[in-house]
Amino acid sequence: MSNVATKVIDHFMGQVGAQAAIWLQSCVHCGECAEACHFFEVTQDPRYTPTWKLEPFARAYRSRKAPFAGVRKALGLAKEPNDAELNDWQELIYDSCTMCGRCSMVCPMGIDIAALVGMARKSMAANGIGPEDLFAIAEKSREVGSPLGVTPEKLEERIDWLSDDHEVDIPLNKEKADVLLTISSIETMKYPLSIVAMAKVLNHAGIDWTFSTKGYEATNFGVLSGKADVAKVMIERIVDAAESVGAKTVVIPECGHAYGALRWTGAMMLGRPLPFEVFHITEYLAALKRDGKLKLKPVDGAITYHDPCQISRRGGATEAAREVLDGFAQDFREMSPTGNANWCCGGGGGVAAIERATPLRHKVFEIKMKQVEDTGAQMMVSACANCRQTLDGGKEHYKWDREIGSLVEIVADHLVED
Amino acid sequence: MTFLELTEGPLWYVALVVFTVGVVWNIFSILAMRVRSDSAQPRKSPVGGGIKAIFLHMVPHGGFFSRTAYHVIVGYLFHFGLFALMLFGAAHVAFIEKWTGLSWTAMPRWGLIVAAEIAFGGLILMWIRRWTDPITRKISDRDDHIGTGLTMLAMLTGCFALGEASDMLRAIHMLSVELLMLYFPFSRLMHAFTFIFSRYFMGAAYGKRGYVP
Repeated sequence: MSNVATKVIDHFMGQVGAQAAIWLQSCVHCGECAEACHFFEVTQDPRYTPTWKLEPFARAYRSRKAPFAGVRKALGLAKEPNDAELNDWQELIYDSCTMCGRCSMVCPMGIDIAALVGMARKSMAANGIGPEDLFAIAEKSREVGSPLGVTPEKLEERIDWLSDDHEVDIPLNKEKADVLLTISSIETMKYPLSIVAMAKVLNHAGIDWTFSTKGYEATNFGVLSGKADVAKVMIERIVDAAESVGAKTVVIPECGHAYGALRWTGAMMLGRPLPFEVFHITEYLAALKRDGKLKLKPVDGAITYHDPCQISRRGGATEAAREVLDGFAQDFREMSPTGNANWCCGGGGGVAAIERATPLRHKVFEIKMKQVEDTGAQMMVSACANCRQTLDGGKEHYKWDREIGSLVEIVADHLVED
Repeated sequence: MTFLELTEGPLWYVALVVFTVGVVWNIFSILAMRVRSDSAQPRKSPVGGGIKAIFLHMVPHGGFFSRTAYHVIVGYLFHFGLFALMLFGAAHVAFIEKWTGLSWTAMPRWGLIVAAEIAFGGLILMWIRRWTDPITRKISDRDDHIGTGLTMLAMLTGCFALGEASDMLRAIHMLSVELLMLYFPFSRLMHAFTFIFSRYFMGAAYGKRGYVP
């Protein structure tokens, strides 16, 4: 085994605790996880079987840390991966896994393959193995505050422009506020109307909120790329910003992984409980609606909803979007499968940022096109800018005739102002 | 010492000790590893999620039955058949009574034959799938085939010994079971014990977030 591969495996073993050890050892190689994976579904290539993506790491575990590893090693029964093998495995750990967690639904052993892939990414990233474009984006987050280059100055410019153009008050750097709103840079650069929409809704509901240039970027490419140091910096910036404005609530915009990163792993990365509550924008909208603070005109036309995996299956907030759509969308149609079992967009887990994975992502879009067409809906909305970007890429590639939209934008467009 | 006395005496003790110590060591050495702490504010009970996952994953859910029907059906056939044979075969009941003093009603002979057919059918169909399905062919390794082979051997020699026609056939069955027991703790056959922990950990991690997949 070569030097880099040794370091990757050393790092991986350093992460393996009881949960990962049990999962690495419990797979019975039944292969049912393939049935849940969108990459397998569209290619029928056995390499994309989720458990196979972990094979070098499971093998190394058997020779290093598993019970009786010494016996196996002495008998030469477990060969550890080398540099070339791990380099080849990038495609399986990065390009063809969105960490959507659908494979855990079908696994009879209940193995959390997405969590193990996340660990593998950390170990590979710590030793420089992974897609360069994804790593570059992660580094940019650390350096300038945002993966797409939205510096604090650029954010201020963007907000000024959006505020003037759309005649909406978008508070920035208020001294004190109850709620800190964050952004996804995909929205800032590609879907700026989402920022306007969030501002309109929060103003409509009379919320005391602000953006902060201290911490505004919710998308965490540190988590997606496996760069743990970048992930932590991104979390710390939001925590600092929330603490400085005294916010007890942080609202994550339409971004699935951003929600998972802060809501479910933020405290772990920070090393202490988060000093505020975290809500995804759909959860926050649902709460406002429940409290009677959202007055909405009904939206016509058949609409279906794409569940972002990190908000629904891996986030536990599946019902929030439905609560918002209930009674608001006059002709809401669920896809099949939907909710917690929904198919991933194909671009989560940083895959949307990996250029070489584009053809594979487009193949995955074929699943989504069929799902939507089967509902007969003309419009599919989602609550994740990353999903939306991936789906828009598929739409353009196939010249698809359906509309793709944002839930928060539709809500903002249908507010009843007094 | 006859061959039968050897397999029911020293070899049996060795196999029993290796199996018991191996299984216990295997599980405890894993559980002794660091358990990842998670200070995120839970939406629901992680313990509840863990327990739910243990039962939820006994059957396909989330719309996966049609996609996994073959594996689920033949898997259950094999496991039910095997446990019926192991626990309710007349010779096994007598063997357990001899060693522990515990006894219960054995299956009638026709029941034993049905259970054996079900277990063999399930195991053969699973093994065929392992060799022929492109996915399982790709992901299977030596351990999968050795484990299946030793299980098949133990069942097959058990059938030969069923008539209790000769000590040699009984001794061969004992030896094949002992080989299986010696291999068990070092292999993927350990899933018979680890599945509970595996499902629990996954269910706890997800259940805390609000949904157990």
